[in-house]
Amino acid sequence: MNGALDVALRLVAVFVVFLVFPLVVGQTEHKVMAHMQGRLGPMYAGGFHGWAQLVADGVKFAQKEDVVPAQADRRVFQLAPAVALLPYLLVLLVIPIGPGEGAVGQAVDAGVFFALAVMGVGVLGSLMAGWASANKFSLLGGLRTAAQLLAYELPMLLAAASVAMAAGTVSLPGILHAFHWWWLPWQLIGAVVFFVAGLAELQRPPFDMPVADSEIIFGAYTEYTGLRFALFLLAEYAGIVVLCGLTTVLFLGGWHGPWGADGLGWVWTLLKAAILAFVVIWLRVTYPRLREDQLQKLSWTLLVPLSLAQIALTGIVKVVIS
Amino acid sequence: MSLAPTLSLAAAPHGSLAAAPHGFLSPTGVEIAFLLVGLVTFGAALITVTTRQLVHAALWLVVALGGLAVEYLLLTAEFIAWVQVLIYVGSVVVLLLFGLMLTRAPIGRSPDADSDNRWVALAVATAAAVALVWVVTNAFRTTWIDLTGPAAGTTRVTGASLFRYWVLPFEALSVLLLAALVGAIVLSRKAKAKAKADADGDGDAGDEPAARTPAPVPAQKDGAR
Repeated sequence: MNGALDVALRLVAVFVVFLVFPLVVGQTEHKVMAHMQGRLGPMYAGGFHGWAQLVADGVKFAQKEDVVPAQADRRVFQLAPAVALLPYLLVLLVIPIGPGEGAVGQAVDAGVFFALAVMGVGVLGSLMAGWASANKFSLLGGLRTAAQLLAYELPMLLAAASVAMAAGTVSLPGILHAFHWWWLPWQLIGAVVFFVAGLAELQRPPFDMPVADSEIIFGAYTEYTGLRFALFLLAEYAGIVVLCGLTTVLFLGGWHGPWGADGLGWVWTLLKAAILAFVVIWLRVTYPRLREDQLQKLSWTLLVPLSLAQIALTGIVKVVIS
Repeated sequence: MSLAPTLSLAAAPHGSLAAAPHGFLSPTGVEIAFLLVGLVTFGAALITVTTRQLVHAALWLVVALGGLAVEYLLLTAEFIAWVQVLIYVGSVVVLLLFGLMLTRAPIGRSPDADSDNRWVALAVATAAAVALVWVVTNAFRTTWIDLTGPAAGTTRVTGASLFRYWVLPFEALSVLLLAALVGAIVLSRKAKAKAKADADGDGDAGDEPAARTPAPVPAQKDGAR
């Protein structure tokens, strides 16, 4: 009985995180973008600095009519947002935020593999949306999404494999237990590759070619309205949370910090993830969009060789120190 | 999924010979779940090959492959299950959908999504299934997976058996994959060179061969526009 209660509590906690953190990232994005671009942004809703703007946005989305185009494939069209969103919820289950037993939703033996495998499934949602909309812009967006995923999945996996080699385990808490501070410089290349590839997998600027609004309106999501569109947006922000959490755990030492991990571990994890989320927003504001061919070239000719070099480096150092 | 009971698998090549006889009369929860998921997987696979809607077939394939991953999980092979999701659901199906969208993927039925070989295909599939089931049941008749003991399908166990007992097949397979990779590059380059020669020869022959390139870097064509 106690066990069932424990599981239920963990699920509820992860679900709350899943509902709250993406919204916090979204709100931060509003504010940070406004400051960086020297404009006001939404300032009126709720009074102080427009804090209630997200609520207003949510109400707006819920009020809009849910339209399915006449030529669309109804069921696939309607199912797509759920397929895009749910994988991120599952990945959140396995990300540990502290050293204790209770600081992870569910300890999975092959956590790294689980996280990357399930994250890849989310892209199926964009593909389904792109095809089922019966709209050529959507189809183009779907195509670009698929090409992007195929290109960036490989460097992401290789970078994660490097950390798994270093730690000698593929369990996320296990990797953190094996972490030492000098892993930071050691795995630096892998960290950059992982983060950049993750950004591309989330289709965040500067890798937002699949939703390039000046060319193909909004890519695979062009035909969506109301709550289903909001679900896609939520998936993007949940993806940011997951990516920042994974990068923190794999490369930045998760709960390890200068003053020890006891009790304050989760603060370190959240702080590092928050800084990474800030960087994600920062990149969106400052970098122009990569063209499709530049985007593919970056992955195949730069990130893949770099991640292979990182694996070689990891192997050499590992053999030398053991 | 992650709630799957802590279980074990015959990852070790020398499965322990069953001492006690095993019966099927009082199935455990895991066995029932295994059977139900198997039925779903089988149904999805059937729809995959019978539906007239191409993209639906690919999506039902996702269900079938995902069902297989769940079966691996129930048999305690956690690592294999995630690899199944990563490779098949995450990459192979995405590649398939990419190919479909790039060539033709009409909404609704494709009138030509039918084959005159369907009875031959059915016969071959049945024969293959019977042979596989017969061989596997005969080969592993005495191997039983202990679902209640310590998990024997963990990454550590799988990795150890892979790199201790099965290193040679593993390496041979990687050489085979490398050969396939090189072959794909050779084929795609040949098609490209031919397209170029055609374009040099007569003016209008640029479009057709280029579209056939397997295109490991598909989007480069975009940039050349």
